[in-house]
Amino acid sequence: MVWYIARRFLQLIPVFLGATLLVYFLVFSLPGDATAAICGERGCTPAVVAGLREQYNLDQPFWIQYLLYLKGVLTFDLGTNFSGRPIATIIAEVFPTTAKLAIMALVIEAVFGIVFGLIAGLRKGRIFDSSVLVLSLIVIAVPIFVLGFLMQFLIGVKLQWTNPTVSGDATFTELLLPAIVLGLVSFAYVLRLTRTSIIENVNADYVRTATAKGLSRRRVVVVHVLRNSLIPVVTFLGADLGALMGGAIVTEGIFNVNGVGNTLYRAVLNGDGPMVVSIVTFLILIFCLANLLVDLLYAWLDPRIRYA
Amino acid sequence: MRFTRTSKMLSVAALAALSLSACGGGSSESGTTSGTTGATDAVIVVDGSEPQNPLIPTSTNEVGGGAILDLIFAGLVSYDADGKPQNEMAESIETEDAQTYTIKLKEGKTFTNGDPVTASSFVDAWNYGAAAKNAQLSSYFFESIEGYDEASAEGSTVETMSGLTVVDDTTFTVTLAQPESDWPLRLGYSAFFPLPAAALEDPAAFGENPIGNGPYKFASEGAWQHNQQIELVPNDEYEGPQAAQNAGVTFKIYQNDTTAYQDLISDNLDVLKTIPTSDIKNFKNDLGERSIESPYAGNQTIAIPYYLPNWDGEAGKLRRQALSMAINRDEITEVIFNNGRTPAKDFTAPVLDGYSEDLPGSENLEYNPDEAKKLWAEAEKIEPYDASQPLTIGYNADKGDHKTWVEAVVNNIKNNLGIEISGKPYATFKEARTEATEETLSGALRAGWQADYPSLYNFLGPIYATGAGSNDARYSNPEFDQQLTDGLAASSVEEGNEAMNKAQEDLLEDLPAIPLWYQVAQGGWSNNVDNVEFGWNGVPLYYAITGK
Repeated sequence: MVWYIARRFLQLIPVFLGATLLVYFLVFSLPGDATAAICGERGCTPAVVAGLREQYNLDQPFWIQYLLYLKGVLTFDLGTNFSGRPIATIIAEVFPTTAKLAIMALVIEAVFGIVFGLIAGLRKGRIFDSSVLVLSLIVIAVPIFVLGFLMQFLIGVKLQWTNPTVSGDATFTELLLPAIVLGLVSFAYVLRLTRTSIIENVNADYVRTATAKGLSRRRVVVVHVLRNSLIPVVTFLGADLGALMGGAIVTEGIFNVNGVGNTLYRAVLNGDGPMVVSIVTFLILIFCLANLLVDLLYAWLDPRIRYA
Repeated sequence: MRFTRTSKMLSVAALAALSLSACGGGSSESGTTSGTTGATDAVIVVDGSEPQNPLIPTSTNEVGGGAILDLIFAGLVSYDADGKPQNEMAESIETEDAQTYTIKLKEGKTFTNGDPVTASSFVDAWNYGAAAKNAQLSSYFFESIEGYDEASAEGSTVETMSGLTVVDDTTFTVTLAQPESDWPLRLGYSAFFPLPAAALEDPAAFGENPIGNGPYKFASEGAWQHNQQIELVPNDEYEGPQAAQNAGVTFKIYQNDTTAYQDLISDNLDVLKTIPTSDIKNFKNDLGERSIESPYAGNQTIAIPYYLPNWDGEAGKLRRQALSMAINRDEITEVIFNNGRTPAKDFTAPVLDGYSEDLPGSENLEYNPDEAKKLWAEAEKIEPYDASQPLTIGYNADKGDHKTWVEAVVNNIKNNLGIEISGKPYATFKEARTEATEETLSGALRAGWQADYPSLYNFLGPIYATGAGSNDARYSNPEFDQQLTDGLAASSVEEGNEAMNKAQEDLLEDLPAIPLWYQVAQGGWSNNVDNVEFGWNGVPLYYAITGK
């Protein structure tokens, strides 16, 4: 088990190198000169442009730029973005907010998705099952920005239960609404996955055996049916954590959350290479770790799976 | 009336002195024009955008940082609501030949760290801004000053401009490379703000926590919470026309206007300076008397580069005129912008001193499809249109909402002239700018211009003079250049304006860019505040806002 985890960590090294190289190259190949974004509508004098290029190593060829960046990373210096602020500071500012938002969304979608899915699966074909299925279909079909603006307008502006936007402190109550919006779509997927999985397992031999042994229905459902049905759900949730961390650009924009998604979006527009690569690499590492956690959870959920 | 040479020069001096010293204090009444005085103990929450650079006046070239700098610094002059300069730090700005200016400062002015504001505070800051080794984004603002070329040349180690001389603590002189009568008008722009000695010792640290001499100051060290908010409180030491009428201004930073609008209508935001496009149709209903439409010094044009085939020479000129006449500006401003823009009649903006809406040639900007067809046919006779290179109108799709109006303009032209034309979105602003700089544009490019300082020249020189920094069309007309130079050297602002308008006649004939419309600020405020007024540049007069 320990060896397995160590091996997985070692695998992160090539992933890190490959990902940074690829992303750095993609940003490098974006059309347009990065100094044009800094200089704005008015433009700068050629001397200023030359000064900026030197300052951010933009006058160097791709390989040198990449190696300089890599050297910085290995000495724990991510450099500065095009506004002259340390990238590490920026990540430290925006990451906790996004992590809070993503975890809240994950908890919401997991709890409601599994509970609703379980009930629907056990009562297959009944009124609860059908209405939940229709509901989840609607949620999946409606684009997230429609949901976001709608909920913001109804709950934030009309009912005034909460502020329409999130302040710099990003408190729990402020983040609740964006977390619900963010979790809604995945909630529908979790619900459907759980339901299907439950329906399959409810008729499995070991469930019949457990019931025949005289176990209570509660114990049969929770320990035997549910636990065995969670494997696809956990796989989905693990992948979803990564998506929630980096892909919340739309939701963060609607609710003005100062998070990773927004920062990444701005950095891409400005062609801010080191900034984009740093954030993306960070996200990739989180994604890898979440997947490792999922793999370890498999063994706990299904005793037949063993890692050596 | 005829002037002798001496009397001309005297009149320059008199005018400069008059226009700069006589109208101080004008704005304190503009803040309370409604006659009601509101609560001055309220903290006003306004929308802002994240400053893109450290808050150093010469390295700030965008509105997010500009709005903050204008409140925490005071230059030699500031502009009132109508764009008239009023003295701030300057006691007087005098000249006899429009080339050498003697600037006297008021006594006893200080920065918020206690340092006095002296002649060196200005001279050192300007030298810092111009020197190439500091790579300041706004360095070109000092281009008129003698010695700028030496200090700003690539790789130059010269750190001072020879045209700046400190006479004593409160006096300095500025010598320009050539006479420019509108030069004092520029002095209210942020690039010309003074800096305390601390700024030049450690610019990076200063940019995070700037120390100024303006009506406001940072609430505390670290008041700039990046991407979240910037908190300003009144500077009690400040005395001048922009004295704060509230207990502070907090800039809340938004990623997009749509979100800010939701905060405004739920009273979580006090002032919004730009209504998002999606709400332009209904903001007057939503806000009622709390909404404002205020024209400001900005315009929108489409620049057509001369290096494109089809668009050069005599035939090119006729085609440009045809294009311009094929655009129904009245309809587009009404339907798409809900009258939030006004059709252009020239290359500048109506709020400026010297603006004229009926310059000879302005008929080229009027909708006239029949004449447009005729002109196009004439051009065909001279040189047939190369249809293998259809015209595109480029716009950046990342900021602002340009797609809708570009499509409308494209349809106008297509329907009236029957030519192949389309909109061309650029994914990012920098992509479009790079092509413009490198002369690789494959079509026309939209260009918005917002004035830095209230002068006609600011809309002409930087964009259409030969070799100018923002001359995307690569227009070059010696006659136009000469008229600009004459206009700058004119002995009075009136005479200068006349020459500028004369120069515009060339532009209206040649149409290096096609003017579309003038900008109108559309904003609104919450139920908690009063006395909201927008200035000549479309920015609210934050200091005048009061609570209710």
